[in-house]
Amino acid sequence: MTVVETYPTLAEAARAIGSDAAYMGGGTVMMREVNAGEAPARLVRTNDPALAQIRAAGDAISLGAGVTMSAILADSGLDFLHPVARQIGSPQVRNMGTVGGNIFSPHPYGDFAVALLALDARVTMAAGGARPIEELLRGRDHSPGLVASIDVPRPAPGAFGFKKVSRVKPKGVSVITIAALVNRTGGRVQNARIAWGGMGPGPVRGAAAERALQGQMIDDAMLDRLARTAAEGLDPPTDPLASSWYRREVAGVHLARLLRSMEGR
Amino acid sequence: MAKMPVTLTLNGMERAGFADPGQNLLEFLRRGLGDLSPKYGCGQGTCGACTVTIDGETQLACLVLAETTEGRTVGTAAGLANGAELDPLQTAFMDHFAAQCGYCTPGMLVSARALLDRNPKPTREDIIEAISGNLCRCTGYEPIIEAILAVSEGRTGP
Repeated sequence: MTVVETYPTLAEAARAIGSDAAYMGGGTVMMREVNAGEAPARLVRTNDPALAQIRAAGDAISLGAGVTMSAILADSGLDFLHPVARQIGSPQVRNMGTVGGNIFSPHPYGDFAVALLALDARVTMAAGGARPIEELLRGRDHSPGLVASIDVPRPAPGAFGFKKVSRVKPKGVSVITIAALVNRTGGRVQNARIAWGGMGPGPVRGAAAERALQGQMIDDAMLDRLARTAAEGLDPPTDPLASSWYRREVAGVHLARLLRSMEGR
Repeated sequence: MAKMPVTLTLNGMERAGFADPGQNLLEFLRRGLGDLSPKYGCGQGTCGACTVTIDGETQLACLVLAETTEGRTVGTAAGLANGAELDPLQTAFMDHFAAQCGYCTPGMLVSARALLDRNPKPTREDIIEAISGNLCRCTGYEPIIEAILAVSEGRTGP
C-alpha cells in the first residue's frame, strides 16, 4: 500500500520527504511502480505552481522542475528544445512527464536529461544552491534532494544537435541518444560537449568524442575518424533493445551522422 | 488506510467516489465510477488503451493518481456519443473497419478526438503522431488513419 502526501509548496515537500519516501512528479515512471506494488510506502508530491514556470531572460532560460514536455513544445521561445521534447514518450506521456522527472528516469529513459547535459544546464535544488547537471546526474541514485528548477543557456544558432535512435517510429524507446553542443572559433571546434544516453548507466559525457573534436575542422575524414573512436571508454548496457557490443559498434556512426546533419552535409 | 473522497467532472457530469491510497485513475473510473470505456492494457503507460482527457489534454489514466483529479475535468470514450448519436469518429471507425478486437479503440478515439479538437485539418503525419501513443495489434494502423482522415475531410461512408 502506498500513501501519497501532497504538499502546497516544494519547500514543505522537501522537508517531509525523508529517506523512506520517494518524490512523484508527472508520474510516468513512479506510477508504474505504484501499479506493480513496488513503490515505497510513502510518496511525496506538491502542487506548487512555481514548479510549472518557464522563465526566459535573454539567453538564460529557467525551467521549473514540473514543466512538462508539452509545455516546452507550446513555448515558441524554447525552439531549440523542441526537437528534444518532441521525441520523449508518446503525446500522452509528453502531457504528463516533466523536466525534473526526466533527470531521474532510469535507462532507457531520460533523453531530455541527455540534452541538458550537453547544454551544460545548472540545477537549482529545493534546499537552495545550484550545481552543474553533470554532478547531479552522477549522484542521482543517492537521494540528492528535490530539484526546483533547471537553468538552460540558449545555444548559439546551429550549435546544438540532438538525435534519438530507436527501432520503432515515430515513438520508440531509445537505443542510443546523442546530444551535441559544438561551438567553433575560426571554424575549429572549441570545447564541444557530447552527451550520450544508452551508453552508460545514465546520461554520460563522451570524453573520447570531445577530445577527438577539440581544435578540429569538421570534414569527412575527421568524421570518419570520430566514428571509429567515439565509444572508447564507454560501457553501454545490454538490454532487450540492444547489446552492449551493438551500441559500442554503432554509437560513433550515429554521432558522425548527427554532426554531418548539423553541418548541413 | 483511509479512502480519499474525489469529486470530478466526468464527461460533463459531476461524479464523486472514494479512491484508495495509490489508486490510479483507470481503476477509479472503472471500479469506482463504473465507466468501463477506458481499458487496462499494460499498466505501464506503454499501450494507450486507458487514454482519457484531463482538462482537455490526453493523459494515461493508469499513470495518474485518482486523488489528484479532484476538481478536474475528465473525458473518456463513453462521453463521445450524444445519446444514440455517435461521434463522427465512431461512425468512421465502423465504416473503415478501424476496429477489430476493439480493445485499443476507446483510447484511439480519445486521442483522435483530442487531435481534431485542436487541429480540425490534420495532415496524415499529424494523425500518425497523434495516435503514436496508442498501440493496435489487430487492424494495423492504416484503417484507423483513414477513418480519422475521412472525418477531418468531411467524408462519410466507407
